[in-house]
Formats: sequence, C-alpha cells, structure tokens
Amino acid sequence: MTDQTNPQETTPTARSPFSEALEMFLRNYAAVAGLAILILIALAAVFGPGLYGTDPFDMVWAPFSPPGADGFLLGTDYLGRDLMAALLHGARVSIVIGLAAAFMSVVIGVSIGALAGYYGGLIEEVLMRITEFFQVLPTLLFSMVIVALFGASLPMITFAIGIVSWTAVARITRSEFLRIRELEYVTASRASGASNGKLMFSVILPNALPPIIVQAALMVGSAILFEAGLSFLGLTDPNVVSWGQIIGSNRQYILDASYTVTIPGLAIFVTVLCISLVGDGLNDALNPKLRQR
Amino acid sequence: MMTPDPLLRVQNLSVRFAVRRGGFMAAKSWLYAVDDVSFSVRRGETLAIVGESGSGKTTTALAVARLVAASAGSAHLGDTDLLALEGEALRQARARLQFIFQDPYSSLNPRLRAGAIVREPLDSQDNTAAGDRQGTVDRLFQAVGLRPEQQALFPHQFSGGQRQRIGIARALATQPELVICDEPVSALDVAVQAQILNLLRRLQGEFGLTYLFISHDLGVVQHMCDSVAVMYMGRIVEHADRLPLFNTPRHPYTVALLSAVPSVDKARRARAQRVLIPGDPPDPVNLPPGCRFANRCPLAEARCSQSEPPLREIAPGHKVACHLV
Repeated sequence: MTDQTNPQETTPTARSPFSEALEMFLRNYAAVAGLAILILIALAAVFGPGLYGTDPFDMVWAPFSPPGADGFLLGTDYLGRDLMAALLHGARVSIVIGLAAAFMSVVIGVSIGALAGYYGGLIEEVLMRITEFFQVLPTLLFSMVIVALFGASLPMITFAIGIVSWTAVARITRSEFLRIRELEYVTASRASGASNGKLMFSVILPNALPPIIVQAALMVGSAILFEAGLSFLGLTDPNVVSWGQIIGSNRQYILDASYTVTIPGLAIFVTVLCISLVGDGLNDALNPKLRQR
Repeated sequence: MMTPDPLLRVQNLSVRFAVRRGGFMAAKSWLYAVDDVSFSVRRGETLAIVGESGSGKTTTALAVARLVAASAGSAHLGDTDLLALEGEALRQARARLQFIFQDPYSSLNPRLRAGAIVREPLDSQDNTAAGDRQGTVDRLFQAVGLRPEQQALFPHQFSGGQRQRIGIARALATQPELVICDEPVSALDVAVQAQILNLLRRLQGEFGLTYLFISHDLGVVQHMCDSVAVMYMGRIVEHADRLPLFNTPRHPYTVALLSAVPSVDKARRARAQRVLIPGDPPDPVNLPPGCRFANRCPLAEARCSQSEPPLREIAPGHKVACHLV
C-alpha cells in the first residue's frame, strides 16, 4: 500500500472560521433585525444631535406639550425642553458608557481569567477569591458609593460600572482556559517551544474568544441598564443628558405626562433587547456545538 | 549497556501524581504513573513502548518530552539531560525532540490554516530567517504527501489521515533528532493506519529519525519497531529487540499480550495458545508489595507476592522483570 493520498480528490476552498460564523449569524433573522436596529440607533446617536439642532437643555416651548403637538415630535418635558433632542443626545452618552464599561470589564476579566486559568495553583486561588469578592458585592450599591465618593463624571461612572461587572468575563475566560490548555494542540505548541505569553495570547485566547465575545455583547446592554439605574437615582453628571437621567428627572410627572418617562424607557428597552438578540445570534454563530447540528 | 550509541537514554524515570482519597481532609498519597523506568533508543531506530491503558506508557513519553514533570530520573538526549534543563535552554532543546499526538482532531489548532500549523514550531524557535520558513513548510508538505494548495485550508476541512499528516509535518519542522509518536494511528481507521505507518517509516529513512513509538497495538509495533519495552503498572516488565520479544517472550504478561494478537497466519494461530489474564490490575495508589502482576499471573508463586522482581538481563539485550525467568 502506498502512503500517498489520492491526488484526484478536489481541494475544498479555504473557508475561515470567521466566514462560517458570519454565514451562521446571517441565518438568524432576529439577530440580523436586532443588528439593523442597533445600526440605526448608532447612526442616530452619531449624526442625530448635529442634524437636529436643538440643545436638550434649552427651554424651547411650554412644558408638557404632548408628542406630535406644536411641532415637537416627542413633545416637551416639565421644563419645556425638547424630548427629541434629549433622546438623541442621551443615546450618545448611554451607548458610549455601555461600550466603554463593557470594554473595561472585558480587559479586566480576560486578564484575570487568563492568568488564573493558565497558571492554576496559587495564582488561580488568589485571583478567583478576588473575583468572588467582587461577585458578592451588591453591585448597584458599590458603584453608587464609587460615584458618590469620586464625583459623577462620565469616566467615573464608566469605571464604576466596569469595576462591578467584569467577574462574569473572568469566570468564563478561566473556564475556557482550563478546558483549552489541556487540548493537544496547546501541548503541541508547548512541545515546540512556545513561550507562556505566546501560549496564552496567541494559542489559547483566540480559541477562547467566542463565549467572551457573546458575554461582551450582552454586557454592553447591561451596562446601559446600569447607567440608566445610576442616573435615575441622580448619580450622574448633571450637565450631560442620558436616557436614564431623562427618566429620573421626569419621574414625578409619570402620571400626568407618562410619555416623558415612557419614551426614553422604550429607547433603553429597544436598545438592550436588540443587543441581546445580537448576542444570542453571536452565541449561535460562534458556538461550535450548535454549529454541528 | 545494550547499545554502543543510544540517542535517548532514560534512567530511573519516575512520575508521580498526588491523590487525595476520601475528601478534602484526607492525607495526600502518591500515584506512581511511571515508577523507576529505564530504557534506551539507538540512533535511527524505533523503540516501542507497549502496554495496556494506565500502564504509564504515554506518561513516560510526556515526561521525556518535558510535558509532565518527572519526580526523579534522567533522560539524556545525546549528551543533554532533558530533565535538568530549565527556561531558555529547555525551550531551545525542545526543537530536538518533537511529538506526534494520538488524536488528529484535538492536536491541530482549529483557528490556524494548515500551513501556519506546520510553520508554528519554526516561529516559536525563531532561529531561521522568515523567508526560509515558507520553503521549509513547502518541503514538509511534499514530504508527508499533501499538496501545496492545501496549506490554505483549516484543519476541519481535512480527513483524519490528512490531519495526522499535518501533525507529522509539524513534528518534523524543527528537524528533530527524536520523534515521539504517541499512538499515532490508533484514532485512524485501518486502511489509513497503514498509509500513516508507511509514511512514518519512509520519513525515518529520509530524515534519519529516531522514533519512540507508544502503542497498545502489537500488530503495529511488529511492523514498525526495532526494539520493544513492555510496561505494566508503571514498570517495564520486558525490554528486548523485536525478534526475541515476539519469538521468545519471557515475561508471563508479554506472553499473554502476544497471545491476544489476532493473526491470519495459520501456523502461528496453531502455535499460539490464548493465555487469559484474569482479574483487574491492582490499585495504583496501594500497590502490592511483590510483583505487580502477581495477582493476575498464571504462573505466580509465593515469592512473587512478597518481593518485587528487578529488571534483569537474561540474554544480551533482553531484560525481564520476573522471578521465574
């Protein structure tokens, strides 16, 4: 018997894991719809405030003008400020805080999870006890304390949200590292002389990314909710509009002018829902077990 | 010493794992997966380590390759004691011995293209110019019987046999002297097994390779090897050249193993009497005082369960650990 493979067989085209995942994602209509709406929201946040010239803090009309009346699409709030302008400006803040806080959680979580999962032993014990410490903190209370102590600037709010929400990423990263570091291709890389840094970041991490990406996407949504919660409680920069802050400042009038609370609430709801749909779609697209169905 | 020029000389190698039985507070005890094992492989030849699951054959190979920590012993590759190396010296020495893995599905990084997988050891060792690396990868693809355009494919687009060829090409990338093959064909179907074994033999001639071949399949071992070490419960029970071992096995365990090999040769079938081994291997944490095979051995005597037989040379190059030989 020969040791050659059959030369007649055709070569399949090279398809990267990325292009396969993309195709899988595009098959999930809910996720695609969510992504489309998110893109619209992002465009509105980027270009809306420029195109829609009204300053959200200007008192432009009589208070409590209902949506559609007097030429104000979404009406005015209790001080006669244009809700549409507030919504567009607020989108920027909410989305930026959501993205920045999620990014921060991913950086912290991946670093700690990777070190713990790769090295194991004492390092893992210490890092996971730290993670558990942050897990059992009452998150809202802890970030309220941070914001109350260090001032309600946007970076501080982002930090306060990021510092309480990285634990899930750390645990996912650690568990993926624990699983992948035992696989033979990691052993093979080690056997050919790869350094610890190379093993961690260019061999294991790329293979551990799918669940981390999904978690990061969902975390953008929860960070937006978190920010809304903080600013509803008034722990926010008073010179910046965000969706939660619109709800918070109008909450006394919820019975008289429910739209002032409902509209920014809907904006949060739709955004977070779309992020969840996209996260779910990413999960299906990146999870190899589902892919084999 | 059985050989004038061994490439790999392993002496008194032990690997132990800590185990706790009976919960968190239980005292630590040691499981010796490999217990005081010595063997050597001549340059350009193939030594097979055979044994059943749990006999410690893979752990022995991993310890020699510094992929699990050995607790005692030495492993000289040429003049270098692999077990004494640390840090950068170890990283560089890794180029001299490479590993072919059992499972061609988990041994290739799913995110890398086949060409990048074969190239990775060269990148890790970074002692060749980047331009030469692609040439090396091209030559290796040809040597293992893959087409150049297949370098752009991802592992999941290959069959098991093709994936094992990629694994072999990767193992040869750093021009190693010793290649450890850990059951390289046991995950493949029979037709592909033969292709891969023939490929390994051809490469051995072409590149002057020395193989340490781990297997539980004596048919494969007979086809591939110059000498054989039989392991049982972490110990070598018999170590001999291929022909003496297959023709005149001395240890009762080896006899039993060989009698279990199916054969299409009528004469051999008639000669062979199935020797059954009753019972289970002993608890590896609580080993019996005497011979580890005594409780299953058809020939065991009283002394077998009292003192452990040493590995003795009974003929030139033929070592057996049995009181009765």
